[in-house]
Amino acid sequence: MPLFWLVLIVLALAAISYTVGRSRALASVGGQRSKLHSLPSYYGTNVAMKAAVPAFIILIIWLLAQPFYVNGVVSGMIPDSEIAEGSSRGLVLAEVHRAASGLDNAVAQGDMDEEFARNARADVADVTQRLKDAGQIVTSQITQPILRAAQEYRVLNSTGNLFMTIVVLTIAVIGALWGLKETTPEFRARNTVEQGVRALLVGAASIAILTTIGIVLSLVFNTYEFFRLYPALDFFTGTTWAPSFSERGGASELGILPLLWGTIYISVVALAVAVPIGLFAAVYLSEYASPRVRSIAKPLLEILAGIPTIVYGLFALLTVGPLLLSVFGDEGVGIMKAGTAVMTAGLVMGIMLIPFVSSLSDDIINAVPQAMRDGSYGLGATKSETVKQVILPAALPGIVGAILLAASRAIGETMIVVLGAGAAARLSLNPFEAMTTVTAKIVSQLTGDADFASPVALVAFALGMTLFIATLCLNFVALYIVRKYREQYD
Amino acid sequence: MTETTLSPETTAPAAIKGKSLYALDDLTRIRNAAEKRFRAYGMTAIGIGLFFLVVLAYSIISEGMPAFSRTVMKVEFTLTQEQYDAAEKELFKTKAYESIFISALKSQLDASGISVPFDKDAIGRLVGKPGGTIRSFYKENPDQLGKNVAFELAASSRVDGYINGRVTRENMTDSRFLQKSDLDIVDALVKAGIIVNVFNWDFITGADSGVDNPGGAGIGASVVGSFFMMLVVLFLSLPIGVAASIYLEEFAPQNKITDLIEVNISNLAAVPSIVFGILGLAVFIQFMHLPQSAPLVGGLVLTLMTLPTIIISTRASLKAVPPSIRDAALGIGASKMQAVFHHVLPLAMPGILTGTIIGLAQALGETAPLLLIGMVGFVARGYPDGIVQGFIDPNSAMPAQIYTWAARADFAFYEKAWGGIIVLLVFLLTMNILAIILRRRFERRW
Repeated sequence: MPLFWLVLIVLALAAISYTVGRSRALASVGGQRSKLHSLPSYYGTNVAMKAAVPAFIILIIWLLAQPFYVNGVVSGMIPDSEIAEGSSRGLVLAEVHRAASGLDNAVAQGDMDEEFARNARADVADVTQRLKDAGQIVTSQITQPILRAAQEYRVLNSTGNLFMTIVVLTIAVIGALWGLKETTPEFRARNTVEQGVRALLVGAASIAILTTIGIVLSLVFNTYEFFRLYPALDFFTGTTWAPSFSERGGASELGILPLLWGTIYISVVALAVAVPIGLFAAVYLSEYASPRVRSIAKPLLEILAGIPTIVYGLFALLTVGPLLLSVFGDEGVGIMKAGTAVMTAGLVMGIMLIPFVSSLSDDIINAVPQAMRDGSYGLGATKSETVKQVILPAALPGIVGAILLAASRAIGETMIVVLGAGAAARLSLNPFEAMTTVTAKIVSQLTGDADFASPVALVAFALGMTLFIATLCLNFVALYIVRKYREQYD
Repeated sequence: MTETTLSPETTAPAAIKGKSLYALDDLTRIRNAAEKRFRAYGMTAIGIGLFFLVVLAYSIISEGMPAFSRTVMKVEFTLTQEQYDAAEKELFKTKAYESIFISALKSQLDASGISVPFDKDAIGRLVGKPGGTIRSFYKENPDQLGKNVAFELAASSRVDGYINGRVTRENMTDSRFLQKSDLDIVDALVKAGIIVNVFNWDFITGADSGVDNPGGAGIGASVVGSFFMMLVVLFLSLPIGVAASIYLEEFAPQNKITDLIEVNISNLAAVPSIVFGILGLAVFIQFMHLPQSAPLVGGLVLTLMTLPTIIISTRASLKAVPPSIRDAALGIGASKMQAVFHHVLPLAMPGILTGTIIGLAQALGETAPLLLIGMVGFVARGYPDGIVQGFIDPNSAMPAQIYTWAARADFAFYEKAWGGIIVLLVFLLTMNILAIILRRRFERRW
């Protein structure tokens, strides 16, 4: 892999620059360190920084820009007549990429020589046949323009990579020379290096912003693409969820309402389990329990929060589901048909959320000033009266915040519902029926061989967008309330 | 509040006549009962939580342990050169070996003094086709001819289920896989010490098998996938997380941009993990064309997901270093950068490492984003060929492998899924214990 080697060469250049810069600084004052402005290692680091940083920045920009340019040129080569009915330019381009990587692999395996792969006059049928012989997956409809475009794509990419190597290495060498030229006893090497380090720290901190931007952009673009293929109104008001994978999803009905209903129903069941148990546990741990009991019970409860959700998913599917079925199924009450149901997923999710609610509420209850408790005891109230009439009202905003955070956790939870809630999207009130959620459908629409141009796959991004906005709102409100509450007693 | 607590009865105790001061009046009794009830609710809540923990642990262990053992048929016999040549001349070569195997089995049974009638078909149902295995063994090791060789042949999954109690005489029906009469043979063979349970190394070292072969499925390949993913997460999230925390805690000015970063971090910490999967799919695979199902991409996604956790815990440990340390360093002429990197950071390191290990443990158990970038269980068909391939070749990870097994229709895979969970939890437990030890050993309190 040439990119790997390029990075390694630049790093080696930087290492050499470090030693050269350091010895040059020492030599410039004849070995008398005290005459230098900074420690010698700072001079070395400065030179290494000048060599590596601009080179890497150019490298990254180049790597991001090259595909755009190449795709632009290649896409211009495909005439509109090549784009079949119901297809799009993007799909044809994907075809070109596949053909190009097929050619690459065939050359790498030695089934084809570079000359043949580049030969513009090659016969299409011949090339396709040889690609198939080489074991490369090529769809049947490689046409003349696609092959030409694929060949052009390869040529552009390889010249691009060559230029990139040359430019990056030149910049690294120029940077190193510039750094060496700066190395004089008066040069403030430490300040320069520290500025560089500071820029690095700022860069690391802004990755959080970049991540958010990345999430928003990837959701927005793909959701927009989806709404071009499928009317937004139908998506938000449809009451049937019936994706059809045939005919590129043309006959699908993709209404979000059954999924939203399943999500909300399961979350409500989960919160109905987690909130009372978690709240009582928190009150007991903070007001009643002796330090010994607290030091044992609290970590034990928090183990529940550290268990991966896949474990809860399996627990729902294989333990809780059959158990509920034996009680409410045909042999018992007779209202449950299969182990996977809203109740199964909700119950298990509730167990998962107990420590979440309890430790958040515990923090919040502990933040209520002791003076308020003492005042209540002084008036003759019992502990439970103090909790009910003084502490809980005072802690209420914080507890509401905690519950909202738990709710946001519940609607975003995936593995438990994928395994425990079933796959059928329906609008029903019976908690013992299988329903499905937004997250479960994102998984099922995007796993497997999804074709990113069909509404059946793209709908997952619209679902993701809905989920993201819903959790974002919940988090914002919850964090705002919790923060406001903390300030109140600080 | 005062209206409710100061009811007339409590303000006028003198109104109750002829009663000892020590006797509780009705209201106090009611209040004390309420107090006890309330306390009981709290204890019940804790009890329910712990009860669920116990049930969870019990079902994991009881359902998962069978995955670590497998049932084999141990048969010893000697194959001479003449027998080998004779068998190779036959038209149905494996059949010839099979009859040799069956006669060896018979003599071993006779030697232990147990007699049970069995035929070829029954043996076929118990161990599949032993002839093929034996033939390929001697083809590969011709020097073993004429020597006594102990064969360990894997029993069929139904027999395995019978030994482990998954299949019983009551719940089974006769089929071409297993018949009730075969169970008598199994019982006799168990008595004679021919069918035994051995530790299933294949489960720990193997790769995923096809849907039709639950017995051969192992978690080894996906453990390797998880390992490479964790390497990516460690080497990206630790430096980035520490750098971001140092900036926010030590250098950031109070302004709008800092606020924006802080709000972003606290929000990202609460974004559902599946959204990070969507991000990975759209940015790393659709846009950057990184290879699908690669541990490298999985590692990148999990890095973004764990960064907020690591930043939050790192900031807490940086904050715990007292300002006097910084002041002392600044006082003897260090720059701010030197004070932080030479003094504050080393002192905060144990706390940072503890937080990082906990973040890694969280990432190790994450499933949903991996499914979206294609790291599903069935791609874990073998070990990667080298270190670079380990990062970019399609592989799965432990939780995704468990999910794939759980989603398969064959019940025998469920056992594997539980077993996989035990392996996963052993890793998580080790990491958490490591974190606790680090904290106990090195954490300083000022």
